[in-house]
Amino acid sequence: MTLRRTGATARRVLRQLRHDPRTVALLLAVPAVLMGLLAWILHGRDGDFNRFGPPLLGIFPLIVMFLVTSVATLRERTSGTLERLLTMPLAKAEFVMGYALAFGFAAVIQALVVSGLSFGLYGLHVSGSAWLVVVVAVVDALLGTALGLSLSALASTEFQAVQFMPAFILPQLLLCGIIIPRSQLPAALNWLSDVLPMSYAVGATQQLSTSATVTSEFLLDIGVVTMFVIAALLLGAATLRRRTR
Amino acid sequence: MEPAIRVEHLQVIRGGRTVVSDVSFTVPSGTLVGLLGPNGCGKTTLMRTLVGTQVVASGLVELFGQPAGSPSLRSHVGYVTQAPSVYSDLTVSENLHYFATILGAPRSAVDRVINDVELGEHAGAVVGQLSGGELARVSLATALVGSPRMLVLDEPTVGLDPLLRRDLWALLTDLVAVGTTLIVSSHVMDEADRCQRLLLMRAGRILADDPPEVLLARTGSTDFDTAFITLIEDLSG
Repeated sequence: MTLRRTGATARRVLRQLRHDPRTVALLLAVPAVLMGLLAWILHGRDGDFNRFGPPLLGIFPLIVMFLVTSVATLRERTSGTLERLLTMPLAKAEFVMGYALAFGFAAVIQALVVSGLSFGLYGLHVSGSAWLVVVVAVVDALLGTALGLSLSALASTEFQAVQFMPAFILPQLLLCGIIIPRSQLPAALNWLSDVLPMSYAVGATQQLSTSATVTSEFLLDIGVVTMFVIAALLLGAATLRRRTR
Repeated sequence: MEPAIRVEHLQVIRGGRTVVSDVSFTVPSGTLVGLLGPNGCGKTTLMRTLVGTQVVASGLVELFGQPAGSPSLRSHVGYVTQAPSVYSDLTVSENLHYFATILGAPRSAVDRVINDVELGEHAGAVVGQLSGGELARVSLATALVGSPRMLVLDEPTVGLDPLLRRDLWALLTDLVAVGTTLIVSSHVMDEADRCQRLLLMRAGRILADDPPEVLLARTGSTDFDTAFITLIEDLSG
């Protein structure tokens, strides 16, 4: 893997985004507006915004990045640019890492905007470091990108790709411990939630909400999410085929 | 010298159907080969086999002595698909700069190919806003930017006006003059006499493998449509 081709791919993806200012505006505004809406809904309900805010600060970017990456990768497949790239000396890992870097960069900007507004304007408060909330939001967005890259291989049309969001993301949202704590789930669902990445993404922010110091549970949670990111990126690279039937 | 292309007993099966059947041919370096035949005869599949994107059932496919699709060939073989495969949301020069970096080509190559395909005034234009003919030339430029030793072009003249078609053939002739091997597919028979060598395909098989003048003489025809019909009638009858 070379930095040159990975970097060129990341820059190319970011240039495509730059030619689409409305998408950039949506990327930044949608999570910010949703967090504002949440703050308003929960206004005056003691502590509720501080309980629901941090996990959703990570989940909104995850969903947005999942959708954007799924569509972007599917477009590469259907437009023939992916096939062309794979006849060239581009390693599959360079392609996947290029996307991860580009959307990771977009995720950093997005997380800074949403967190800045949440902590500065909407009055969000966590016991731990607000910067660590930003870190978790970026890792969650990367998870969305990585899942989008690998799962888009299963979709052959845009209709299928957008439906992967309700199919793969919404069940995780139900099971991740926001609605009821994971420990109170029926046993089988509790086990299922143990193997879903969003459970750990939400777990990490819950640790930051309640503990002033960095706990070992937080490190474990963020470590597990990172492992899921790496595994999904590897899977994404593995689903690219130079030769097809 | 090692042939640019060596294909022996190639068999390709797609979706349970034999699309390329027992195809063999050899092409020396620096030849302009026309791959002619009706739509659906297996031209695109044969070309995908050459660039190494097609799973092959059996047979041998080598370019410059290396198995098709080898990593060592990836910088040397340019492929222009029938549908232009470039990023429609980037400008012409952004597209070319990206592919140049992937191919390890110098930055100067971008200006050279923009010039070659006469897209100078559109270099800063977003590709999605170009006409069909301009789009096809961006796709061609993308393949040229790496200065490939072999160029595989799938129906490059479709949708081009006569003037652009003439310019394209002039460009291809220049490339052959500097030793590039070219495989150009077409379903239009009257483009045959631009080539040094013709492969006529029908239903996954090669009907003829001759220089244009030999094909005409052999079939006693004055045009390539008649030659094609004569060949098919001789075979079936």
